[in-house]
Amino acid sequence: MTYAPTRWRFRQPSVIPGFGPALGFTIAYLSLIVLIPLSGIALRAAALGWSGFWALATDERTLKALEISFGASLIAAIVNVVFGTLVAWVLVRYRFPGRRLIDAAVDLPFALPTAVAGIALAAIYAPNGWVGSLLAPLGIKVAFTPLGIIVALIFVGLPFVVRTVQPVMEEIDRDVEEAAATLGATRLQTVRRVILPGLMPAILTGFALSFARAVGEYGSVIFIAGNIPYVSEIAPLLIVIRLEEFNYAGATAIAAIMLVISFFMLFAINLVQTWSRRRYGYGA
Amino acid sequence: MDVSIRNVRKEFDRFPALHNVSLDIHSGELIALLGPSGSGKTTLLRLIAGLETPTDGSIYFGPEDASLKSVQERNVGFVFQHYALFRHMTVAENIGFGLKVRKGNDRPPNEQIRKRALELLDLVQLSGLENRYPNQLSGGQRQRVALARAMAIEPRVLLLDEPFGALDAQVRRELRRWLREIHDTTGHTTVFVTHDQEEALELADRVVVMSQGRIEQVGTADDAYDRPNSPFVYGFIGDSSTLPVRVENGEIWLADRTVGLQVNDVPDGNASLYFRPHDITLLDGCGGCIAGTVATSRRVAGTRRVELEVGGSQHRVEIELPIEHVAAERSRIAFRPTRWKVFPDAQDSTA
Amino acid sequence: MVLEATHHMSVADDLSAGRAEKIKPRDGKRPNPVSESFGAKVALTGLALAFLALVLLLPLLAVFVEAFRKGPAEFFLSLNDPDTFSAIRLTLTVAAIAVPLNLVFGVVAAWAIAKFEFKGKAFLTTLIDLPFSVSPVISGLVYVLLFGAGSALGPWLKSYGIEILFALPGIVLATMFVTFPFVARELIPLMQEQGTSEEEAALSLGASGWQTFWYVTLPNIKWGLLYGVLLCNARAMGEFGAVSVVSGHIRGLTNTMPLHVEILYNEYNFVAAFAVATLLAGLALVTLVLKSILEYRYGDEIAASAKH
Repeated sequence: MTYAPTRWRFRQPSVIPGFGPALGFTIAYLSLIVLIPLSGIALRAAALGWSGFWALATDERTLKALEISFGASLIAAIVNVVFGTLVAWVLVRYRFPGRRLIDAAVDLPFALPTAVAGIALAAIYAPNGWVGSLLAPLGIKVAFTPLGIIVALIFVGLPFVVRTVQPVMEEIDRDVEEAAATLGATRLQTVRRVILPGLMPAILTGFALSFARAVGEYGSVIFIAGNIPYVSEIAPLLIVIRLEEFNYAGATAIAAIMLVISFFMLFAINLVQTWSRRRYGYGA
Repeated sequence: MDVSIRNVRKEFDRFPALHNVSLDIHSGELIALLGPSGSGKTTLLRLIAGLETPTDGSIYFGPEDASLKSVQERNVGFVFQHYALFRHMTVAENIGFGLKVRKGNDRPPNEQIRKRALELLDLVQLSGLENRYPNQLSGGQRQRVALARAMAIEPRVLLLDEPFGALDAQVRRELRRWLREIHDTTGHTTVFVTHDQEEALELADRVVVMSQGRIEQVGTADDAYDRPNSPFVYGFIGDSSTLPVRVENGEIWLADRTVGLQVNDVPDGNASLYFRPHDITLLDGCGGCIAGTVATSRRVAGTRRVELEVGGSQHRVEIELPIEHVAAERSRIAFRPTRWKVFPDAQDSTA
Repeated sequence: MVLEATHHMSVADDLSAGRAEKIKPRDGKRPNPVSESFGAKVALTGLALAFLALVLLLPLLAVFVEAFRKGPAEFFLSLNDPDTFSAIRLTLTVAAIAVPLNLVFGVVAAWAIAKFEFKGKAFLTTLIDLPFSVSPVISGLVYVLLFGAGSALGPWLKSYGIEILFALPGIVLATMFVTFPFVARELIPLMQEQGTSEEEAALSLGASGWQTFWYVTLPNIKWGLLYGVLLCNARAMGEFGAVSVVSGHIRGLTNTMPLHVEILYNEYNFVAAFAVATLLAGLALVTLVLKSILEYRYGDEIAASAKH
């Protein structure tokens, strides 16, 4: 008896109608709004030629802006990992009055327009603001310095960590913690050796999402940053400045670098999740 | 290690889960807590482990009051129904965890922990899987790892909560035999919870039958099966048939005739007669018997199960007949239980 | 196929039931072995709340305090400005165009992706999520490159009198780009969870494709759809970076509310800037309240994996 090789098919047969039109519309719309415009960046960047692109990319101001963007985003993401995990823990594990309200409030940075957050943060951290005036006597300046950028990026990135870690935390089986306790582990040991390692894929994903969002952030940063070239000028702002100078090539070069790095981040997130799912049977 | 449970009561938010339970578990014994869900068996197990605190009463490990100790200090091995393995640790890391978290001088060096883990892995017949992750194991293998992990800390008592509940029937039977072997080699005092009577009767030295937060009966498998001491145990363990009867001067009456059985320790009044379907003898005439008409008859393996309508169609009892017996429908059969028990009905306070 | 789907669902039910059972109330003298001491709980909760107060509450509060710094009269006076009105009008117009378009796209894309098995599905889903990982400024930049002076398309359209950049179409396009995935990424996991058995049942009973969608699929996804639209709308009305790049900041013409806030702020007209900001903050609060209500009441009918 011989077996016919299974025929390659693009889709599994289904009685449900509308596949062709639905997929066609989806791809057409996606191409028109997202893919074709985005590919414009690649085309423009390619048109610059390698040496042209390299010259623009290694421009000192560009490099500095990228360094500030990525550095501040890294610090903000680390702060968010620590406090976001703490907030998720408190929201998942403890019951206290107002917990629901606070749980809802965590999404404020998703809902509040970035420009509004930007001017509010600038007002608070200005030397005469609520927090700024407390810090000024200590010699700490936040607004109009790189520190201000970090503050704004903490604001926008926080919910990414909380909302990625929280559902995974809710799924933790109490059995596992009880097992650790019966084996003699103290609570601290259980948290450090059992719970946190189990949350690691989610924490890493939250970190990456928070970081990626921070790198691209514009609205909430520009009001508080002071935007001093080489000191507190972020990469997205430099794109805007180049555009205002009608220096499309310069803007394209910076955008291309940022896109490549974000796609790399996206890829890294997927890798972490796939790896974790394959190895431990769960992702984030 | 002897374990003694003394007058333990447990309430969850005012809801009583255990009423005044006392139980002595002997050193080296393999004991089963058997009961339907909600009978309090898991709560009792968790109380022994220290995962719950008794509302009242105390639990002794040998001469020492263990209820004063936290779960960490109690040194018990606990095996969970759904394994509760640490998913981000390898099999060897899982087994070595209890040793790794020890403090100061109690903590063996790493190579010794690893060695101990490999020994235990050998004991549970999973040699070679030490670097796998739990996700890469079958259910049965996971439960073996969980047991090895619990034994690694050289526990004073081994506690298993429905250890085979999540496994399929074949693996279950295999692991049951295997657990008995392990117990016989290691000699741990072992308590396991199950709702599967076959498992309890086959595996345990003694069975503790529980219902509604109380211990109904403690005894060997033979005790529980042959000498049930309450209607609940009769009904819960094995097949049983029951008929409402009346006791008058030590004679048992079914409606207006005697059954031909005498009791002397049951007060006069309404009672229930319990017997196993196969513990009967068929009678030709009926001078003191239970008689009924055949309602249904079906063949079960090597015997014939017959449902009889007794006393008109009010009651049905099941009896077991030899396969040769025809037991035609509507035919009349008379029998008398050979092994049976009568329990007086609870006194109706309004009567 | 149908049987398999039901089987998976019942397994999931069992698991979740088992988990819920695990959480048992406790009493007793000793601390719960799987929780922290009371002191640690209080300290951790206090730290978390202090952090949230500093990071979230303070900025929100500042918006309102700054807006009313010179009293309510000044607040209303500064809102009563034709440029503010036209900014509000523009923001509403943009959302009214972009949100329904992305709604239709989201439903259609989710239908194609969730109800069928085909090659390259994961890749397509990733592409739909793409705008989330692109900086808003770049989202604007792509349209500047496409329709700007240096492109082939821009001048050609202009010769027919069609303005894209520094006009409504550009703002709408940039908004559509940044809000593109919201509805789709909410519906895809939800519809995948729901499977295809109900649709197959409807079809077997003689319903047409449209009837099946209208009477079976849509009622099942309506709360998830609303949830996606809510988030999509909040982002559409609040978008700053992308719109800023394509709008040209022409007062009274191409200024949306967030852009208007920026202009007022840069003119040191703080009360007015914060006054307009209170409107946007109000929108954010309404969004959060509605979102919480949806999560609370219809949590099961909203895919948990799509919280953003």
